[in-house]
Amino acid sequence: MIPLLAISRGPLDIERVAGALAADPSTSPGLDGAVATFLGLVRNHNVGRSVRHLEYEAYAPLAMKAFERIAAEIAERWPSARLALHHRIGRLEIGEASIAIAARSPHRGDAFAACRYAIERVKQIAPIWKHEYFDGGDVWIEGATADPDDARARAEAERVACA
Amino acid sequence: MRVTVRLFARLRDIAGTAELARDLAPGAQATTVGDVWRQLAKEFPELAGYERSISSAVNADYARMDHVIRDGDEIAFLPPVSGG
Repeated sequence: MIPLLAISRGPLDIERVAGALAADPSTSPGLDGAVATFLGLVRNHNVGRSVRHLEYEAYAPLAMKAFERIAAEIAERWPSARLALHHRIGRLEIGEASIAIAARSPHRGDAFAACRYAIERVKQIAPIWKHEYFDGGDVWIEGATADPDDARARAEAERVACA
Repeated sequence: MRVTVRLFARLRDIAGTAELARDLAPGAQATTVGDVWRQLAKEFPELAGYERSISSAVNADYARMDHVIRDGDEIAFLPPVSGG
């Protein structure tokens, strides 16, 4: 069986992620009218730099707990929506997918919102880092200070998801 | 008391290792995650700049700097994250 939440070193397959959700016992056949998916890709440019490739690193056991927390937050905010999310780590080439997300719901609004919320929250609280290798050097990308209990960050993710 | 410290991303590069073991002398007060961080920052001065932006975890759960640690704990220090 394909897990709903995963960290893997191999290439990601959005159909597989959406399929995991379709096959999950939480999905009642015929009830859902929408699946929203998101695939994050490695860009060849970042803040003016020509990117050659990325290397992703994770604190895997804590990252899995962060994913579970995001799924629980979605269940609380959009009770009819469910989430599947796979994140890739290791070396990724330009154009390859680093994250695949699927959200299902009876109606499209909740599916889109849950999918967007999931990627915003991953960027806020998942202990995962990208090491960027570009023409002329390399740099660790540092975004948000991870704090799952920061209510303001959570509200901001919800605001973006519902915009 | 012996603990394992795990470092990620740039913190790992600064320390030159992903994992270190540290023996902590029992003090008058309980030892916290923050005490471990301050000891590390003395050893690796470049870490000090991360004081305000790191997160920490104990045994793979997010924990605050005032979290009291026990013998055998795994303490992780995490620079700002950039997944997705």
